[in-house]
Amino acid sequence: MSKPKFAMYWAASCGGCEIAVLNIHEKILDVDANFDVVFWPVAMDAKYKDVEAMEDGSITLCLFNGGMRNDENEHIAKLMRKKSKILVAFGSCACEGCIPGLGNFSTVDQLIDTAFTTLTTDNPQNLRPQTSYAAPEGELHIPTLNPMLKTLDQVVDVDYYMPGCPPESHQITAVVELVIAALQGKAELPPKGATIGAGLSTVCDECTRKRNVKLIKEFGRIQMIHADPELCLLEQGIPCNGLATRSGCDARCPSVGAQCIGCYGPAEGVVDYGARLIAAFASVIDSDKPEEIDRILDGLVDPAGQFYRFNLAGSLLRGGKSAHQSNDS
Amino acid sequence: MQRITIDPITRLEGHGKIEIFLNEEGNVANTYFQIPELRGFERFVVGRPIEEMALLTNRICGVCPEAHHMAAAKAADAVYKVEVPRTGKMLRELLYSAFYATDHTTHFYALGGPDFIMGPDAPVAERNILGVIHKVGLEIGGKVIQMRKYGHTVVEMIGGRKVHPCTSIPGGLTKGITEEQRKEIEQMGRWAIEFAQFSLQAFSDIVLSNKTYLDLIVGDVYTHKTYYMGLVDANNKVNFYDGKVRVVDPDGKEFVKYAPNEYTQHIAEHVEPWTYLKFPYLKNVGWKGFVDGKDSGVYMATPLSRLNASDGMATPLAQEQYDKMYKTLGGKPVHQRLAIHWARLIELLYAAERWVELATDPEITSPNYHAIPTATPTEGVGIVEAPRGTLTHHYWTDERGVVTKANLIVGTTNNYAPIQMSTTKAAQHLIKGGKVNEGLLNMVEMAFRAYDPCFGCATHSLPGQMPLEITIHNADGEVVDVLKQFVD
Repeated sequence: MSKPKFAMYWAASCGGCEIAVLNIHEKILDVDANFDVVFWPVAMDAKYKDVEAMEDGSITLCLFNGGMRNDENEHIAKLMRKKSKILVAFGSCACEGCIPGLGNFSTVDQLIDTAFTTLTTDNPQNLRPQTSYAAPEGELHIPTLNPMLKTLDQVVDVDYYMPGCPPESHQITAVVELVIAALQGKAELPPKGATIGAGLSTVCDECTRKRNVKLIKEFGRIQMIHADPELCLLEQGIPCNGLATRSGCDARCPSVGAQCIGCYGPAEGVVDYGARLIAAFASVIDSDKPEEIDRILDGLVDPAGQFYRFNLAGSLLRGGKSAHQSNDS
Repeated sequence: MQRITIDPITRLEGHGKIEIFLNEEGNVANTYFQIPELRGFERFVVGRPIEEMALLTNRICGVCPEAHHMAAAKAADAVYKVEVPRTGKMLRELLYSAFYATDHTTHFYALGGPDFIMGPDAPVAERNILGVIHKVGLEIGGKVIQMRKYGHTVVEMIGGRKVHPCTSIPGGLTKGITEEQRKEIEQMGRWAIEFAQFSLQAFSDIVLSNKTYLDLIVGDVYTHKTYYMGLVDANNKVNFYDGKVRVVDPDGKEFVKYAPNEYTQHIAEHVEPWTYLKFPYLKNVGWKGFVDGKDSGVYMATPLSRLNASDGMATPLAQEQYDKMYKTLGGKPVHQRLAIHWARLIELLYAAERWVELATDPEITSPNYHAIPTATPTEGVGIVEAPRGTLTHHYWTDERGVVTKANLIVGTTNNYAPIQMSTTKAAQHLIKGGKVNEGLLNMVEMAFRAYDPCFGCATHSLPGQMPLEITIHNADGEVVDVLKQFVD
């Protein structure tokens, strides 16, 4: 009997998701033993046309990482959707846009203009990359960028979401084991649309730092203190995003003295991450005077980034005003 | 016209493709190596706090996030004019050394090495890490996995995470290490030294003792006489984390040595309208096009460049190997691009030795790993050597330390012009009178694989399995042949 087929693909991402999968070390052998790996460019020959030739739905499990930065990304997303029974949005980029999604605060032209006018750029003719360029020898082409970076489920139907930047290796192992057990009839897969490889609560619930439910008079910056290694970072004034962020990482960053920056995305049931975080921060502010609250909130030097760092593209906003305007025009 | 599409999986149009045009005689008229992606980091980091640069720019590349983490953290130190305490610097460099050892191992065994270990003519299906394990034994495969595991363990111990470390902040780090951790790190480092020596021995046995391979390394196809760049310490020895950038000319003489904050006086980036990536060059030599020689500002920034640009290695075992390489290849500088692989292994040994040096420093477990900044933030430059070239981060901030402008010159970008030149030269050599040598695919591939190009960030392609498609058009534009690899 032939084994179920496994695929992994990267769209607009950094490659960290692939490294995270490689970091499950010997568990990779379980994948190999239980699946026929048909498509995984980091680990094997990439045969795109083979995938096109496959029957629809013939890939059992496809882990898809990366956001949709251009039409090529979208094309592959649609192809993998068609060929896969279970399509997992794997990692923050595919789930919610991740850091490259911050590009949605700008127009594509602004992104390009900035890159081609930096201090060291020697560009007297003020050139920009041309998607179609007539070189003396012939026509040259490069892809066109999307006006806004999209998440995977803004392009195709997604079965499961696996958050994290990148997903933690122990969570990847757990998901692989679950799918294998389900294929053997020993376990049941969660309902479609579920978030897998993560917890149902918040990073704060996993964090071992001491919390005294102490309110704060001001927000600070991590470099401006020698943080107490035992005490909750937020109670020390550090804008830690743990309260709104989904659990599953074992509070990895706070456990080494760095604030949670929110890479596991919104906690279960949270519709808008930014709104939840604003409410969470408001709840620890020690004041009921509007002017004082304003002053305390001014301590957050980058509210837009603070509240939508990883999930701008996947949020209700999807992008900043300028990106929306360029989309309409 | 001949078109090579580098396509990891499929990208229809490719993420990095080479177009080769033939003239009437069927010889190579011109070559274009195009990079079709841009994510716009320099724009969207504006408005974000300076301390987040070490977290956000990690996401430029998940293969070498440590390099961006360090360059951004050093730039942030400079923005605040804060001196990181000695322990803080050592911890960062220790993390970085372990990362280097891991990264160079991955490249040698999984990506670039298979060409040599298996031979450039070996069947494509065998030219990969599995083929390597087959040839050199299963035990080696285990060692490679062990090396990667150890490297990641150290990165996680100091950096907090295996991928995208999070502990470097302006002035130092958020945490130190315990004596227990230090012992473990030291043990793993000692094992890494042995592993590096073993790797150099394997290279010597398999590659250097094989005349065909050696001829390939010293042959003209892969040779370009350019300037070479690398970070050096106060004694002009190779350093990955700190120091000044030194550039030597094609004769090996020092052309310039500059501090990070002087880089704008020396580096400029040329623009071509057919690609999203810019071409850095030496400003004071000038952009003369895709040509080598002393009058062309094109420079290279790779393991070999770092060795060429330095006076040696700061650790004894690596220094022995450094001497051996230059003796074998006829002195400094070495222009043959394929020697990059050899240089990479020498750097692997240096990284492992440095790892142990730092892990055995009495101050490494000191709690003095962070200095609180006191100056008003303004502007700063941070430079480290990424495995794939000198990495420059430059930020300007307002008085609250919020970024107002950024300039990034990323590792592989330094080598964009040389890569374009190397692939052109390989194509010219292998395509004559419209006839394409059978070995063209892999030879062209080898030309840029030696650079370990991390278009990985942009192309997501790992060179070991780089799919290529070459369509050959005659001067009338008709397709005369199609060659494929990994894309059938």
